[in-house]
Amino acid sequence: MLFTESLVSTVSTEPAIRTNPGHLRLLEAESIHILREVAAEFERPVMLYSIGKDSSVMLRLAQKAFYPGPIPFPLLHIDTGFKFAEMLEFRDNMAKEVGAELHVWRNEPAIAAGTNPIKLDTKRCCALLKTQALLDALKHYGFDAAFGGARRDEEKSRAKERIYSFRDTAGQWDPKNQRPELWNLYNARVHPGESIRVFPLSNWTEMDVWQYIHEEKIPIVDLYYAKERPMYVRGEVLMPIEQEFVRLPGEEPQMVRSRLRSLGCSPCTGAIRSDADTLPKIIAELLSFRSSERANRVIDHDQEGSMEIKKREGYF
Amino acid sequence: MASLITKQDQLQKETGTVFSIEKFLEQERGKDLLRFSTAGSVDDGKSTLIGRLLYDTRSVYDDHVRSIEGKGTAGAGVLDFALLTDGLRAEREQGITIDVAYRYFSTERRKFIIADTPGHEQYTRNMATGASTADAAIVLVDARKGVLIQSRRHAYIASLLGVRHVIVAVNKMDLVDYSEEVFRRIQQDFEAFLRAANADGRPVELYFLPVSALLGVNVAKRSPGETPWYGGPSLLELLESLPSVEDTSGAAFRFPVQRVVRPDQHFRGFAGQIASGSIRVGDAVTVLPSGRKSRVERIVTYDGDLQEAHAPFSVTVTLEDEVDVSRGDLLVRGGEEAQLSRRFAASLVWMDGQALDPTRRYLLKHTSHTVPVRELSVRHRVDVGTLEEFAAGSLNMNEIGVVEVETRRPIALDRYAEIRGTGAFALIDGRTNATVAAGMVREIFKDEPHSQHKGPVTPEQRAQRWGHEGEVVELRGPAEVADALEHALFDLGAVTVRALRRAPAMHAALASSGILVLVHREDPAPARLKIGDAAVVEIATDHIDAAVAEILKQLRENKILQ
Repeated sequence: MLFTESLVSTVSTEPAIRTNPGHLRLLEAESIHILREVAAEFERPVMLYSIGKDSSVMLRLAQKAFYPGPIPFPLLHIDTGFKFAEMLEFRDNMAKEVGAELHVWRNEPAIAAGTNPIKLDTKRCCALLKTQALLDALKHYGFDAAFGGARRDEEKSRAKERIYSFRDTAGQWDPKNQRPELWNLYNARVHPGESIRVFPLSNWTEMDVWQYIHEEKIPIVDLYYAKERPMYVRGEVLMPIEQEFVRLPGEEPQMVRSRLRSLGCSPCTGAIRSDADTLPKIIAELLSFRSSERANRVIDHDQEGSMEIKKREGYF
Repeated sequence: MASLITKQDQLQKETGTVFSIEKFLEQERGKDLLRFSTAGSVDDGKSTLIGRLLYDTRSVYDDHVRSIEGKGTAGAGVLDFALLTDGLRAEREQGITIDVAYRYFSTERRKFIIADTPGHEQYTRNMATGASTADAAIVLVDARKGVLIQSRRHAYIASLLGVRHVIVAVNKMDLVDYSEEVFRRIQQDFEAFLRAANADGRPVELYFLPVSALLGVNVAKRSPGETPWYGGPSLLELLESLPSVEDTSGAAFRFPVQRVVRPDQHFRGFAGQIASGSIRVGDAVTVLPSGRKSRVERIVTYDGDLQEAHAPFSVTVTLEDEVDVSRGDLLVRGGEEAQLSRRFAASLVWMDGQALDPTRRYLLKHTSHTVPVRELSVRHRVDVGTLEEFAAGSLNMNEIGVVEVETRRPIALDRYAEIRGTGAFALIDGRTNATVAAGMVREIFKDEPHSQHKGPVTPEQRAQRWGHEGEVVELRGPAEVADALEHALFDLGAVTVRALRRAPAMHAALASSGILVLVHREDPAPARLKIGDAAVVEIATDHIDAAVAEILKQLRENKILQ
């Protein structure tokens, strides 16, 4: 493991000189504390598992928090039907490997009605397949706390989110009336029907997440690594060919050395041209980026403040 | 607009070598973490300063910079850095920052977490929230305006919440021609104030910097051209050099148990985050509040057992003996025990729209346990701008005061000034579930369980609750004076009985129970007053309010009213 040396001091008569434990260890300690608090204070917590890099880190932190015991809550994946096939396979293997119970929830009526981001706009598609599905799932299982892997550095409205984010009986967020969050004392008290979304990675940045994955050798979906993949090439935009309906008339896929920077639904997640086929290369690439990781997500740009509006409605 | 060079370009330029990812990762491993809060009034330029720090450390992506180009109020060709940080729609609409926002940036040496807190009076609660986890605080002062009440409030809250390093950034120096005199005057004002504010808190280190956030003067780099008289570091240099994670290696070991880990009958561990100090395998420990003793058998982590662990790490500890330990217990090292008590005095920052109400049911959240509060009484309120203390029975939203607390169960406490983790608490309203206050333990009283609830209520307890002694007060004079006096006493919360007929035995009995007995006989002015056995005093005025004021003064002088 990393930095064990700093936690274990050699036997010495000298006063212990504290070496710097490193920022990742400090973030880890804080996240583990949060995970344990939630497990202790809520009746039915659940971990939203989105299969992406942040979820992968969160899952590892949960393993650490409860070691040598098992993770004391189930995982929940909201499946929009548009996730990459590789993601679903990875998800099932991962749940088995960590020995956690996995619930998968889909908004079946909306999926059966042919909901997709081209037929509807991305905003309404997300509202049905993500937000509605999530609220239905939480209600169905009676979960009173749900962990999410969101980070405050992702987007401006996330910067104001508490670690324990209170949601009313409709699952909605009121940014003007958030509970003060003092020290590491988290208020877990809710009335029936109200719930808390918990973000143990709040203080991590994208760079922290990648470095931690590297240091801890955490498995991630292969789509994050560059390789030759068939893509519809539309100028700067690389569109994965996963779903037939995204194909424009006469369009033919080309093989492009590429990777995904963040994993979402295939019709709304563009790939980037990249040679980064190892974690150090991904981190080096990240250092050279001039745009944020969500820039290749269509959903955040629909309108000014669109993430905040979605969060008020109950989105993670 | 300045072109944005990437971190990688920057690193190559600065080191003069070809970028090596291995070297970079190695350097990252040595990086530590500093949390700081910022506070400033609406126009102090706080958002601009943070935007500037993020921009100058290349922590802003192009798409974010593009999204603010040509917007805002900074003028043509100048980026309005404030727009990089003002997140929510409501605040963009109003042009103000309304809630704590967290920002992240890093340099080669350090990762920084900023708790960016709003400056209005009504958001004192957010300021306290931001300061509660901060190692340092930046207080913004507008050079043109000097030390306003807002800046004092920020500095006071930072020191109350135990922030060790307070950095006073005197901003908009460009608008006062970089005048050293202006800067020094602000420095003197501030030092005087904070010395008075911090009379009984943790020691605070004060730093003063002349800056211009808008123009980047003394922000990332020193600007001797503009401020040749200033020999100190730039803001970023200072932030990089402050001691970060508090060194508590010498402090007492405090380990609040979050959870009992029991995967099977062979393993029973206690999971928690070390709040202070360090622990080694073999150390003698005491479990509080039970007082049971044992020794540390193992320090378990997913990454392998440790021989020693220290704050703030999250570990799982097993003990040599089968002692009873559950969530909410505190493990301490033998000989370093925390004080067990139900009663203590604390500083309180009230954060809820509903004012403190001593008759309401509050829960005290402290370390990993939550305990009902039996009694909560306000000693005084502090005016944050002037540091004056006022008698108060309650605290309103954003008011700060000193309270006495009695919990239903004894808890293991430390003074906040000594150990933050075991001296801090939050109050939760038992009915609304709102987090209503932040508390910091100042003084721990000897635990006297229920002593004041044994036997009948004593005259002392009544006097303490009601604010006066029992006594017979005879008043001869106009009925208007008697009525006005009765109302005045009633408004003070005094328990007063207006005796309608002469019945000295009954009056004496009531008075001995702590009640004020007002016996009035109609007479023309001036009124004459007799308090108990004391001599008759003539109230030499026929003005009703003046007469009442004089009577209340007499009651105080006779030690009847507190």
